[in-house]
Amino acid sequence: MSTGTNAAAGRVGGRVMQVYTWLIILWLMLPIFVIIAFGFNNTKGKFNYTWQGFTLHWYRHLFDIPDLTNALINSLTIAAIVTVISGILGTGMGFALGRWKFRGTVITELTLFANIAAPEITLATALLSLFITANVARGYWTIVIAQVMFDIAYVAVTVRARMAGYDVHLEEAARDLGAGPLTTFRLVTLPLLLPGIVAGCLLAFALSIDDFVITQFNAGQTLTFPLWVFGATRLGVPPQVNVMGTLIFVGGVLIAISSVLLSRRRT
Amino acid sequence: MIRRLRSASGPYLAVLPGGLWLAIFFVLPLFVMVSLSVQTGNLITGFQQTFHFANYSNMLSQYHEQLLRSLWYGVIATVLCVLLAYPMAYWIAFFGGRNKSTYLFLVLLPFFVTFVLRTVAWQFLLGDQGLVLDWLKRAGIVSQDFHVLATATAVIAGLVYNYLPFMLLPIYVALERIDPSLLEAAGDLYATRRQTFLRIVFPLTIPGIFAGVLLTFVPVVSDYVNASILGGTGQTMIGNIIQTLYLTNSDYPNASALSIVLMGILMIGIFVYARALGTRDLLDAAAG
Amino acid sequence: MTSEPTPSPLRLGRRDLLRYAGMGAGLATLAACGVSGEGKKAATGSTLEQQIKAFWAGKKQTGQVNWAQWPLYIDVGKNMGDHPSIDQFTAATGIKVNYSEPIQDDDTFFAKVQPTLSAGQYSGYDIAVITNGIDFDKFTELDLFVPLDHSYLINYEKYAGSIYKHSAYDPGNVYSVPWQSGITGIAYNTKKVPKPLTSFFDLWNPALKGKVGMFADNEDLPTPVLVAMFGDPQKTGPTQWRQAAAKLTQQRKAGIVRKYYQQDYIGALSTGDIWACQAWSGDIFQALESGAKDLVFVIPSEGAVLWTDNMVLLKNIKNPVSAMKLIDWYYQPKIAAEVAEYVNYITPVPAAQAVVKADAQKATGSNRGTLSSIANSPLVFPTPADYSKLYRYRTLTNTELTTWNEIFEPIYQS
Repeated sequence: MSTGTNAAAGRVGGRVMQVYTWLIILWLMLPIFVIIAFGFNNTKGKFNYTWQGFTLHWYRHLFDIPDLTNALINSLTIAAIVTVISGILGTGMGFALGRWKFRGTVITELTLFANIAAPEITLATALLSLFITANVARGYWTIVIAQVMFDIAYVAVTVRARMAGYDVHLEEAARDLGAGPLTTFRLVTLPLLLPGIVAGCLLAFALSIDDFVITQFNAGQTLTFPLWVFGATRLGVPPQVNVMGTLIFVGGVLIAISSVLLSRRRT
Repeated sequence: MIRRLRSASGPYLAVLPGGLWLAIFFVLPLFVMVSLSVQTGNLITGFQQTFHFANYSNMLSQYHEQLLRSLWYGVIATVLCVLLAYPMAYWIAFFGGRNKSTYLFLVLLPFFVTFVLRTVAWQFLLGDQGLVLDWLKRAGIVSQDFHVLATATAVIAGLVYNYLPFMLLPIYVALERIDPSLLEAAGDLYATRRQTFLRIVFPLTIPGIFAGVLLTFVPVVSDYVNASILGGTGQTMIGNIIQTLYLTNSDYPNASALSIVLMGILMIGIFVYARALGTRDLLDAAAG
Repeated sequence: MTSEPTPSPLRLGRRDLLRYAGMGAGLATLAACGVSGEGKKAATGSTLEQQIKAFWAGKKQTGQVNWAQWPLYIDVGKNMGDHPSIDQFTAATGIKVNYSEPIQDDDTFFAKVQPTLSAGQYSGYDIAVITNGIDFDKFTELDLFVPLDHSYLINYEKYAGSIYKHSAYDPGNVYSVPWQSGITGIAYNTKKVPKPLTSFFDLWNPALKGKVGMFADNEDLPTPVLVAMFGDPQKTGPTQWRQAAAKLTQQRKAGIVRKYYQQDYIGALSTGDIWACQAWSGDIFQALESGAKDLVFVIPSEGAVLWTDNMVLLKNIKNPVSAMKLIDWYYQPKIAAEVAEYVNYITPVPAAQAVVKADAQKATGSNRGTLSSIANSPLVFPTPADYSKLYRYRTLTNTELTTWNEIFEPIYQS
């Protein structure tokens, strides 16, 4: 089979997969479009299920609910902190598990599996008891602690997947060329690991910003965005929530577009 | 000599911070939970340690239906996730170019808008007279009685929707490692695209699939949100049961016992699966 | 004295260093002397009164109070974070109110604060709003409420409806006074169900197969069935419970129930996914305001359930006097009307109806229509005839609760 046909088939296949990828992305975003739409709903009552006409009222009154704004800020800052901490801790564990065979391998993997396998409510209530016994006040930082505990395993497993088939010879080569262990890590290992780390951190961020159960029990009186939204759905989601969601989403899309444009510039 | 010492302590140093965090905030509470799982009593009169292992058998016999159902949904959802995620991960890894991270980011962006809003939006979309079904019914494609919500299909669809990124990212991470020139070389050696894929690409991504299955199957089985919002009368999952035991019944021993049963089953499943895959990387150390 | 076992001195209670630990023992003794199955024991008795006096002696007003509430359960001003009734309180008393909405349901709130309270720590909240029922009982049995000081409840004495001063779940209102009440009845779509539903068992009609919603709740699901079959739930026992469970199982097996809903039934009813369901009175009112069409709420002919969300003081309280003043504030007809006009559930202050009517007269445009429909709605201001058909949840002892859950939970959990 000539490489020419292969290449042509590759292009067609590539196109098909590209369309497929975008279809999936759009499917993932489908509910978001609904959420965006209902941020314009001119609902007079408390519920936001039936369309009653278009209005920009909710956009004008976005920050009317101070609790909601605080909750959103909390969610974002907590997610940022949690991502950094669990990113570092999880990468360390994932890297170690993939790089070396050491005495603690089995117990570490068991712990990670158990952590992922444990139902959230179990983790949440168990941790709450711990905090109470240790007389630790529940609030912003206990949320951070709880979420890091929950996210480390996800980062570790993702980085670990990246480590499969990691070529140790590259490290040796670097050392032969005179690089110390830290330089080797910085210039050789880290770039190879980077997609895994980035993917793990993205997961951790998404998990953190969307976390509900563990946060609920260990938050004290601090509110995060999911906590506030969930509470509000008891008697109907106020359209401000849709607006917030819209802005978050649009913000994300803008970030994505700008990073694409920036990378084009670099060419 | 110093270098050798350093590399001997390497793994331990790397694992220590994370391990310590997990030891304090996960393992310790876990032990307390195990102890709690064999106690008896109730919240008002207190719980006493009676080593009542019957809690485990009681929970298994009472809720085996929901357990099996959850495992079954987990299998279906995970398989669907693999099938849906793999082509996408492939395209992003090999054709994504400079914008790979952007694509990943777009995949995760819906998560930032809280699962409650997303699932309620699905409720709206999939309602009996909702956008999707209304059109299908008018066109006569489905009967007037047809409904998606309150069925197992809706729950599984919701599970796949919510957990797809957890399958996508690990697979992507493994695929991205593969050097494209490897594929070119295979082509030069007259391998068909199919052979290239089956013999080279796929085996190299098995660790990624394993990680993806781990991060998907396990949380799916203990999920309760999708069943509660999208399900009907026969879709209760084990996660819903555990919720009720903790919150409504305040039955902490049985809730803990059931959680441990669930964790045990999942971990056994993971090891069996790992063995079947023959992932050297994973079990070499265990064997050796 | 009956076979009801004396609750052992609470293990956690021993750690309790608060002054009214003795009060807990006193109540426990009272509880032990009750007759099982007959609701809460009357909380009179000079020991209790003395202990309440002892707690409240010397308590001073502080500058603030922390209030845990359900979402969207209070009046709202121009902006959603703005609560006129609270602002008026602060203006009148100088006490700042830290108002938050962390309560999504009683179960979860209880599970969240109980460990903290039992460990002798402040939960962060002085006032909470708890529904009567199983969770309320859990709080009282674990002695996690602070008894109220009725000397502050001047407006309450004057204006609270008499039915709200004689609750079976908290005789003498030792721990709680009502915030709002609601009715668990049935609702249906008049277009899809042309023949009006009148009996609770109309929800069993095979013609409604796959279009009925029931509650996924161990109180709101079984209690209306008990009411419809036997009348006062308090007078029922495990035999009747099993009969009710059989009826519910039959409904489920016949495929009539589409789903057992949490509070999201209202969305399904609004969009037509279900045609008839169990419902809460205030929700239907609000749904119609929000654009749903052709919905109607009905108190079944056999009777329905009245539940009450109550203001309570949580243990280890930091601002008791301020809390009492805030609680009593809401019993003024004018303030009660402000809340009723927004919340649309049943206010415990009957005199508020006149205020709402007057407000309706003064209002213009669509506001006028809304306000007068609130003022005249039996769902917000029930008549005595309505009240006569309403019953409370059954108060359950510990052992009864286990049996109750075993009988009813499998219905919506399989």
